Amino acid sequence: MNLLELLHSLLFDHTVRTVALGTATLGVVSGVLGSFAVLRKQSLLGDALSHAALPGVAIAYMLTQSKSPIVLMLGAGVAGILAILLLINITRQTRLKEDSVLGIVLSVFFGFGLLLLTFLQRNPDARQAGLNTFLFGQAATLLTRDVLTMAVFGGLAVLLVAVFWKEFKLLSFDREFGASLGLPMARIDILLTTLLVVAVVIGLQAVGVVLMSAMLVAPGAAARQWTDHLGRMTLLSALFGALAGVAGALLSSLGTGLSTGPVIVLCISIIVLFSLFLAPNRGLLWNYLRQWSNRSRLRTEAVLENIYLMSSQHADPRHPHAVTALEAVSGAGNVRRSLEELQRRGLATPHSDNKWALTMEGVRAAETHLQPANKDKK
Amino acid sequence: MSSAQIEIQLIGIVVAAACALPGVFLVLRGMAMMSDAISHTVLLGIVLGFLVTGDLESPWLMFGAAAMGLLTVSLTELLNRTRLVKQDAAIGLVFPALFSIAVILISRFARGVHLDTDAVLLGELAFAPFDRLMLLGALLPRSLVVMSIIAIVNLVCLLAFYKELKLATFDAGLAAALGFSPALIHYGLMGLVSITAVGAFDAVGSILVVAFMVAPAAAGYLLTDKLERMLLYSVGLGALGAVGGYWMAHLMDANIAGSMATVIGLLFLLCLLFAPQRGLLAVSARQRRQRWEFAQTMLTIHLLHHEGTPEAEVENRVDHLHDHLRWEPAFAQGVVQRADERGLVRLENGGLYLTDAGRGLATTMLADKR
Repeated sequence: MNLLELLHSLLFDHTVRTVALGTATLGVVSGVLGSFAVLRKQSLLGDALSHAALPGVAIAYMLTQSKSPIVLMLGAGVAGILAILLLINITRQTRLKEDSVLGIVLSVFFGFGLLLLTFLQRNPDARQAGLNTFLFGQAATLLTRDVLTMAVFGGLAVLLVAVFWKEFKLLSFDREFGASLGLPMARIDILLTTLLVVAVVIGLQAVGVVLMSAMLVAPGAAARQWTDHLGRMTLLSALFGALAGVAGALLSSLGTGLSTGPVIVLCISIIVLFSLFLAPNRGLLWNYLRQWSNRSRLRTEAVLENIYLMSSQHADPRHPHAVTALEAVSGAGNVRRSLEELQRRGLATPHSDNKWALTMEGVRAAETHLQPANKDKK
Repeated sequence: MSSAQIEIQLIGIVVAAACALPGVFLVLRGMAMMSDAISHTVLLGIVLGFLVTGDLESPWLMFGAAAMGLLTVSLTELLNRTRLVKQDAAIGLVFPALFSIAVILISRFARGVHLDTDAVLLGELAFAPFDRLMLLGALLPRSLVVMSIIAIVNLVCLLAFYKELKLATFDAGLAAALGFSPALIHYGLMGLVSITAVGAFDAVGSILVVAFMVAPAAAGYLLTDKLERMLLYSVGLGALGAVGGYWMAHLMDANIAGSMATVIGLLFLLCLLFAPQRGLLAVSARQRRQRWEFAQTMLTIHLLHHEGTPEAEVENRVDHLHDHLRWEPAFAQGVVQRADERGLVRLENGGLYLTDAGRGLATTMLADKR
């Protein structure tokens, strides 16, 4: 199947289009809220939240006997909020570190949910209790109705982020300053965290528990590399999320038996890797190049100064010196390459016998370089 | 009790013990979420091991899984060291990616073999007694043998490197200065966590391994300040949770591992509320007591300040405390009553007078301040 056919199926195949729309919506919502989670060092909160939603789903089903997505999502949301309240209070009031409490909340809530689900079905084997959906999601079976539900709730969450933009920004970067302005920072924190719960809940159906946590971390972490500006970062994060969602939906529609959730996560992970290496300024590749050029510039300057200092022992400041002697005083590093660089800039010229000397311009350049140091000596 | 029931409980106890030992150090070192990451990525190690050997029973699967656990740790650290993402984001990026690769590999190449992802995530303790192997002339449940070996390995490593682990956990700087390599200790510990996670997910599933590792250790941390006792309590609580969880699952006819995690969570909740020194009730009782004691000290200082001066008639009266110290009348009444019971003040016709003990307390407190 070529790219054109893929594009065609995206536009005209109803199932593929529905799934892609759903996963793109999820990508946008989790991208927007995930960028705040990444900035606030709450990357693992999404992981804990998505696991903690299971008992909520089970109890919602127990109470209503309904399997409608809205009821189950509501249950998941309530359980998520309860988990967060527990998490915050236990961390604040005991000496346990946050990651321990995260681990406990995540695993105990999940275990309790497993107990409830298997109890409801009177079947100790978890595999038949419909858990597969919860664990891995069922993006491939998303219906137009589901996508609409996701879009409504997700759209509302994104809209609220836009409305409370300034407050959320303050919360993420300078909470104390926000408090000093008289803003109710605790309540703003609760609002943002609730929106995070919304993002998790609408994602569960599509990509499942384990992979939902990636959707909250990865787009934000990738976007962070490209910009220092929160607005641009959030937009980029939403874009990356949507891109991974569409790409994952398309790739898994190729009929190779790949489930959508893991493919989406792999797509977004590739975007992260790409960003880590290639993003301008922060990217590892640029960073490495910058270090390398700095190092070679410093080395060239050191060689220039060394020739000058050695020549100042002689009457003529352009007295030639052997490369081996320069290597001895300059220490490690490729002295010849530095000399060639100096030659290119017209500061040094090669002589016979593997010797090099400064040009007049080189002497002047070395003098201006060394001037501050000489002044200090006087 | 049938022999299968006894065996399942035994497996639960051994899993709890094997998990609690490294779990204590994870909790103390603030690395609890690494257990979550490792327990997921071992799946990739198992899949790769299976694709190479083509045999689900091969012991190489264990090695592959443990190696993948260590790879998870080092990838996380590599990412963390670039300073491009923070520690928590590094964990959240690495393990879902590796886990996704595992899920995709299974669905592409390992279809039809007995390697389903939800068995890995959730375990199947109820079936553990059916999978047996011969050892020393006896037919024993495989999980029991494997987990016992892992528990013993954990115990031996712990005893052999107890001093180093303890020092590296509580004073990493001193440990490094004394020449213990922090990296070696870190990776050693993570290796144990990986092996334990691999062995345990067979029995209880990879998500609930986290409950066995973190919850008993955290509960133990609330109960005591001594490392030895914390280790003992964690193993004990984990084992108690395993047995209690088994019977709850038996009564409800529900998933055993989920039930065990639930009971372990309940035990943690009990410790959280009722731990003698650090429990929430003990802390709030202590805070309340300190508040009353502080108020009584304030009262004696206030009385001493005005004692023998002309305005004492006005100042040293119960109803005046509201104006002077901003105390609510009911609170002032309570403070005076408690101070009276402790013999710090005397109350005569609404006027307050210091006893010798009260004067002594006020003067020592004031002297301390100077």
